[in-house]
Amino acid sequence: MDIPKDLVAAGATPLVLAILAEGDSYGYAILKRVGELSGGELQWTDGMLYPVLHRLERQGHIKGKWGASDTGRKRKYYRLTARGRDQLAEQYQQWQTVDSALRNIWLALSRPGRAALSPRSAHG
Amino acid sequence: MAEPARGVGSSESLEGQIEQWRSYLRRRQAIRPVDVEELEDHLRGEIATLRRAGLSENEAFLVAVKRMGALDAISGEFAREHSERLWKQLVIGPPDTAQPSEARNETIVAFALAVVAALAVKVPALFGLEWGGKDMPFYLRNFSFFVLPLLTGYFGWKRRLTGRIRIGLGLGFAAAALLANVYPFAPGGDTERLTALHLPIALWLLVGLAYAGERWRRSAGRMDFVRFSGELFIYYALIALGGGVLVGFTMGMFWAIGINAEFVVGSWLVPCGIVGAVIVGSWLVEAKQSVIENMAPVLTRLFTPLFALTLLSFLGTMLWTGHGIDIQRNALIAFDLLLVLVLGLLLYSISARDSQASPDAFDLLLVLLLISALVADAFALLAIGARISEFGFTPNRVAGLGENVVLLGNLLWSALLYVRFLRGRGPFASLERWQTAYLPVYSIWAAIVVVAFPPLFGFK
Repeated sequence: MDIPKDLVAAGATPLVLAILAEGDSYGYAILKRVGELSGGELQWTDGMLYPVLHRLERQGHIKGKWGASDTGRKRKYYRLTARGRDQLAEQYQQWQTVDSALRNIWLALSRPGRAALSPRSAHG
Repeated sequence: MAEPARGVGSSESLEGQIEQWRSYLRRRQAIRPVDVEELEDHLRGEIATLRRAGLSENEAFLVAVKRMGALDAISGEFAREHSERLWKQLVIGPPDTAQPSEARNETIVAFALAVVAALAVKVPALFGLEWGGKDMPFYLRNFSFFVLPLLTGYFGWKRRLTGRIRIGLGLGFAAAALLANVYPFAPGGDTERLTALHLPIALWLLVGLAYAGERWRRSAGRMDFVRFSGELFIYYALIALGGGVLVGFTMGMFWAIGINAEFVVGSWLVPCGIVGAVIVGSWLVEAKQSVIENMAPVLTRLFTPLFALTLLSFLGTMLWTGHGIDIQRNALIAFDLLLVLVLGLLLYSISARDSQASPDAFDLLLVLLLISALVADAFALLAIGARISEFGFTPNRVAGLGENVVLLGNLLWSALLYVRFLRGRGPFASLERWQTAYLPVYSIWAAIVVVAFPPLFGFK
């Protein structure tokens, strides 16, 4: 499934913040976790994650720190800050609102006799 | 599933591929070295995962790079997040790359020398010689000696010059200082003023010798010194502008609380600033060399067409209306300055030009500028020559005439070489070599004015 760029970008902030709320992590692991959570449906261009991380760091929502990987290579780990936690709570509220509104309209549309949600090809 | 290829040296080829990818990233201005490391960690993680899934090293690398995304897009995203990186920044103090301790040492040495220069200019005051008063001729005559030996020392230190060259340069300065102070100049005379004016030009050659070091013998080394001089001039002008603002604020603020700061400003801030700024400016030029685009060639590009237009319309109007040049007493100086300006435009165009490139419209414009300047100067010389006996051979006039000849000689031959280059009869490099070979001539002429003129004209 192709998800438009804007939608991916909008979802990036809450996803990254929430994943870091699970525990400190680094770029590649964050991306893998996004893949797991979406069942592989949410595909980011890998390189695009880093400008997002840097923006969140600049805004003070997360804090980066250089450490070492298991193999001893340099690796940058990110940690959620107190501000980031507040931001996550706010984002949670916002997405809940969007989510419940969409949920209601999906429900209304999927009532018997109004099968507007299935792709047209399904009708044969 | 196929067994992944594990040829001998295959891991080296993977490292080689990663290194190449890294070098592509590093070329992007918006992506910093630390970002490259972060992205490399990601790439390696992806490659390891793909390898575990059974891909060969080559395949894993290609897929991982592909997933990373197009370089242009990534660098565009980085630029959006870090727009300040697109402005090249010169950090005062050690940058986080390259040998930081060396850069810090240089900063310390440069600023220490600037302070020494600032203090040196105050030493004569201990012996009762006051800046700005009746002793000003002393300061004007000796101005070069407060700063140029220190600047030479800075480059001598930086370029690790040999002891013999250092002694030679030191002797040069000592001889000049002796001359400037043992000549019995008549107070307020022309020869004293000429000495004050020409000493820095003569001594600038010694700075150049220290700057270029061993490379002075080569055209490229001298051209680097030309570039340095132009940038220093621009930086000095900028620092002077800032200094003017500082002086204004200092006076104004103390004025507001009823204190006249004129003494502090006039006898400390201004003289110390004038000499200190030369060294700080030189250090800035050295430090920013590769960080910021050279300004002199940019200004040259801007002003060459404008000056060419002015000169052409001047000549055109003169011919059309039949007005000859009305030679006033200072006309010679004005035309000397015109030639200096044209020479500067030519020199800094050459300094930034790729000598392999074929002629273009700008070259044509420069030749036009050269020829019109030569024609204008010829008219002026004719007019002056006709009335030289009437004006008499004062030291100023002989010096001005000599300068005109020195500059005219350079520009005539330059025009010839340039035309030859435009017609495909000679390489551009010959013009470059001519200019760099000519550099000592200016200083030698200035030295002649300093050494020979005072006794020739009876120190008047």
